[in-house]
Amino acid sequence: MTMLQDRPTDTKLISKVPDGALADKWDNFKANAKLVNPSNKRKFKIIVVGTGLAGASAAASLAELGYRVDAFTFHDSPRRAHSIAAQGGINAAKNYQGDGDSVSRLFTDTIKGGDFRSREGNVYRLAQVSVNIIDQMVAQGVPFAREYGGLLDNRSFGGAQVSRTFYARGQTGQQLLLGAYQQLSRQIGLGGVRLFNRCELVDIVVIDGRAAGIVTRDLLTGELTSHAAHAVVLATGGYGNAYYLSTNAMNCNVTAAWRAHQRGAYFANPCYTQIHPTCIPQADETQSKLTLMSESLRNDGRVWVPKNFDENRAAHEIPEQDRDYFLERLYPAYGNLAPRDISSRAAKRLVDKGLGVGPLKNGVYLDFAEAIGRLGRPVVEERYGNLFEMYERIAGENPYDQPMRIYPATHYTMGGLWVDYELQTTIPGLYAAGEANFSDHGTNRLGASALMQGLADGYFVLPYTISNGLAPLLNKTVPGTDHPEFKRVETEAKVRFQGYLNVKGTRSPDYFHRELGKLIWDYCGMERDRNGLEKALTEIPALYSEFKTDLRVTGTGEGINQTLEKAGRVDDFFQLGTLMCKDALTREESAGGHFRVEYQTEEGEAVRDDENFCHVAAWEWTGDENNATRHEEQLTFETAQLATRSYK
Amino acid sequence: MTHSVSNLTLKVWRQNGPADKGQFETHVIESITDEASFLEMLDVLNERLIGENKEAIVFDHDCREGICGTCSLMINGQAHGPQRGSTTCQLHMRSFKDDDTIVIEPWRANAFPIIKDLMVDRAAFDRIVESGGFITSPTGGAPDANLIPVPKPVADAAMDAAACIGCGACVAACPNSAANLFVGAKITHLNLLPQGQAERYKRAEAMVDKMDEHFGSCTNHGECSAACPKEISLDVIALMNKDYRSAKFKNRKQLSRK
Ligand SMILES: Cc1cc2nc3c(=O)[nH]c(=O)nc-3n(C[C@H](O)[C@H](O)[C@H](O)COP(=O)(O)OP(=O)(O)OC[C@H]3O[C@@H](n4cnc5c(N)ncnc54)[C@H](O)[C@@H]3O)c2cc1C
Ligand code: SF4
Ligand code: FES
Repeated sequence: MTMLQDRPTDTKLISKVPDGALADKWDNFKANAKLVNPSNKRKFKIIVVGTGLAGASAAASLAELGYRVDAFTFHDSPRRAHSIAAQGGINAAKNYQGDGDSVSRLFTDTIKGGDFRSREGNVYRLAQVSVNIIDQMVAQGVPFAREYGGLLDNRSFGGAQVSRTFYARGQTGQQLLLGAYQQLSRQIGLGGVRLFNRCELVDIVVIDGRAAGIVTRDLLTGELTSHAAHAVVLATGGYGNAYYLSTNAMNCNVTAAWRAHQRGAYFANPCYTQIHPTCIPQADETQSKLTLMSESLRNDGRVWVPKNFDENRAAHEIPEQDRDYFLERLYPAYGNLAPRDISSRAAKRLVDKGLGVGPLKNGVYLDFAEAIGRLGRPVVEERYGNLFEMYERIAGENPYDQPMRIYPATHYTMGGLWVDYELQTTIPGLYAAGEANFSDHGTNRLGASALMQGLADGYFVLPYTISNGLAPLLNKTVPGTDHPEFKRVETEAKVRFQGYLNVKGTRSPDYFHRELGKLIWDYCGMERDRNGLEKALTEIPALYSEFKTDLRVTGTGEGINQTLEKAGRVDDFFQLGTLMCKDALTREESAGGHFRVEYQTEEGEAVRDDENFCHVAAWEWTGDENNATRHEEQLTFETAQLATRSYK
Repeated sequence: MTHSVSNLTLKVWRQNGPADKGQFETHVIESITDEASFLEMLDVLNERLIGENKEAIVFDHDCREGICGTCSLMINGQAHGPQRGSTTCQLHMRSFKDDDTIVIEPWRANAFPIIKDLMVDRAAFDRIVESGGFITSPTGGAPDANLIPVPKPVADAAMDAAACIGCGACVAACPNSAANLFVGAKITHLNLLPQGQAERYKRAEAMVDKMDEHFGSCTNHGECSAACPKEISLDVIALMNKDYRSAKFKNRKQLSRK
C-alpha cells in the first residue's frame, strides 16, 4: 500500500470503501448491504433531481424496485438533459475486440488518466459495472454501431491503447439518454415515477442533520413548493458553464450542487475542470457557446500547425516539411490520441506562440486528408459524416476539402459534491450521481467515461447503496412539508428571487456571466499560477458586489421569466468561481487538468506533489464564499503504482 | 474574414401567457455579424430589450448544437427556418441578406399550447412515449450484449429513425398538426430491432391510440419530413401504419379466442 502522507483524513470524509481485495470490494458491499423487502419499498419516497443519464437511470431503476420516486427537471422533457449532446461514445471493459482489455486495464487507465487523484475503490467498481451497462442499454434498444456480422463495433479514444468505446454514430449520448428516458417514461406511465418538468430545485432542506427534502420553483408560474422524502438524489450535471463559454448546453448550472453545499455538503476539488482539445474556435463576440467536435475524430484526423510564423498559404498548399504534427512529435506512443489535458495544453502553447490558424489565428488544424487517402471518402463519411456536416454548418467550411480548425474549450467538470463509496454526500440522506459528484475521474476524465459513470451510478450503484441507507428508517417517521424548516427555506428562496428583481440596476445577468466567465477562464482555465489566482480572488468579489448592486432583471417573479432564472444561476456561479480559484491556489502541484505553471518539468509536463497533495480537497461552507474551510480525504493506492504519467 | 448583415426587420410574436391574444412586435437589427447564430441574434436583441427596461423575448433553447430538440420557431413560415436538415439553433445569420424581413413565430398546433411568446408546451410527445415508446427491460436482467446480434442494415435503419430529436417541427409544419412522423420514428426504431419484437404490436397500438387523443390525422402531405431537421423519412409512417393495422387484427383475433 502506498501511503505517502501521515496527514489525517477529516472525520466527515470517511470514504466507507469496503474491506477486501480491490476486486472483491463491491461484492462484499452488496453481500453485506441492508435490504428493504419488496412490500416495504412502497413506504419510501425518493426524490431524484435531474433526468440526464444518471438521474433517468436512477429514477427508473428505483421505481422498478418499488420505491415511490419523484423526478425533477428544469427541462420541458426529461429527454432534453445535457447528456443528449454527448457524441463520441461510452467505454466498457467488454474486450469484444480481443485486444487485451479487461476490468483491471480499464481501472488502471482511469486511475492513470486521472493522474492518481481518484479513489481506487470507486474506480474499480466503475470498471466492473461498465460491462453491465452495455448489456442493459442494448436490451433497451440502443442502436449501437454494428459490424457486418451483427456484433457490436468499437472504436478507441484518447488515453487508451485498446478499442473499448461503444458508439451510436456521433450521437451516443442521445441514444443512451433516449434509452434511459424511455425506461423512465415506462415508469411514469405505470405511476412508479411522478415527473415534475420545468421545475427547478432552488434549495435543499436539512432537518436534524439529514436531508428531508427540497424546495422547487415552478418555472412556468414562479411558485415555490416543498417536497419531502426519505432520500434525495442530485443528478444535476456539471458546472462547466461557470466559464460562460463552454461546450455545455446553455442551461447547465451549478445551483442544485451549490445549494447542497450551502446546506452542509462538502464540495470536492472544484478546480478540477476539463478542457477538451477539439472544439470549434470562437468566431466573434456574440458567441454564446462553443461546439465540441467529438474526440473520436482524433482516431483518423491528424493535428498540426504550420512551422512558420508568417505562414499565409491555404492549408492544402502548405507542404509536409512546413507542417508540425506536434502531438505525433511530442507523444509518439499515443500521437493524436494523447489524453485531453495534454493535447489541449500542447495546442494552447503553439497558439500562444503565434502559430495558430484561421482568421483569428486561434486554432490548430485537424486534418483528414491522409485518412481520406487511406480509407477513401465513403469510409470517412460513414464514420464522421454527421460531425463533418455539423462543422460545416457552424464554421462555413467543408472538412473534406480543408482541415477543420479546432481549439480547446471547457467541457467537463471532474470536481463536484464530495461523496463516499455509497455516493452519499456529507449530508446523510443526500446522494450525488453523475457529473454532479466528484468521484471517479481524478484530475482528468478519459473520453467516453462520463456516460459510463453516469449510467453506472444510476443503474448499478445507487439502487444498492440507497437501500442500504433506507433500511434503518423503516417505520420511522420523517419530517413532512408541514415542518417549519420547509416554510423557512421556502421564504428564504422567495426573498432571494425577489431580491434580484429589486436591484433595478443597469446590467443583465448575461453581462455578469460573460465577465465572470472571462475571469475564471483567464485565471483558472487551462493554466493557472499564484499571481493570476490571487488576482482572480480580488476581481471576482469586486464583480460580485457590482452584480449585487447593478443587476437588472426585467419582468416579474410570477409566470415564466428566463432573465430571473438566469440571475439565480449566475449568483451561484459567482460563489462557485471564488471557490474554484481558491482550490486551485491551495493545490500547489500540477496534476491532469489542474496545471499550475509553477509546477512543471522542463518539457512542460505536469509535476505532481504526492508528498503533500495526494488527497481530495473538500470544502465546507462557512456562510461566506470567501472563507470556505478546506478538509482533506487522503488517497491511498493499494493496486495502482503511483507513477509519473507518461504518454510518450 | 467576418462579414455582417444589416438592417434586418424582425417581426416577433409576443404573447403574454396562454390566454393572451398575442401580436407581432417589430424590431430592427442594424447590423449583426454573419457568424452569429439565429439564436445569438435573439440574445443580442434580448440584451437590448433589457437595456430598455423591457421584458426579454421568451424562447426555448438549450444545447445549441441541434441535438436536444429544445429550440423551435417558425421563421418566415418555415419550421426551423430556411436551411434544410437543421434546427433553428444551427441556423446562422449568413443565411440572410441585408434588408431582409424575418417573421418569427412559435410552433402553432392545438396539441402544443403557447406558454409565452415563442415557447410552447410539447408534453403531449412525452405522453405518447409513456404509453409504449420503450422496450420493457428492467435494470439488471439483461443478457450479454453480443448474444443479440443485429444485422448492420437493421441497426442502421433503426438508428436513422432513432435520430429524431422530438422537436415537434413535423407537427408545426403539418396542415393537420399530425404527429405521425414523430410517432412513426419511435415505432420504427424499436419495431425494427430484435429486442423490440416482443412488444411490437402492443407498442404500435398504444402509441397510435395515444397520438390520436392529442393530434390531428395524417393526410400524406409530406410537409413533416421536409421540415424535419433530422430528415426522418416518410417510410417510418408506412411502417407504423402497417404495424398498427396488424396490431388491430391480431388483437381482434386474440379477443375472439377468449
Ligand atoms: C458536447 C459534449 C459531448 C460529450 N461527449 C461525451 C462522450 O462522447 N462520452 C462521454 O462519456 N461523455 C461525454 N460528455 C460528458 C457527458 O455528456 C456528461 O458528463 C454527462 O452526460 C452528464 O450526465 P448527468 O446525468 O450527470 O447530467 P446531465 O445530463 O447534465 O443532466 C442534468 C439534469 O439535471 C437537471 N437539473 C440540473 N439542475 C437542476 C435543478 N436545479 N433543478 C432541477 N433539475 C436540474 C437537468 O434538467 C438535467 O435533467 C460530453 C459532454 C459534452 C458537453
Ligand atoms: S420527426 Fe423530425 S421534426 Fe418530428 S420531432 Fe422528430 S426530429 Fe423533430
Ligand atoms: S437548442 Fe438543442 S436542438 Fe436547438
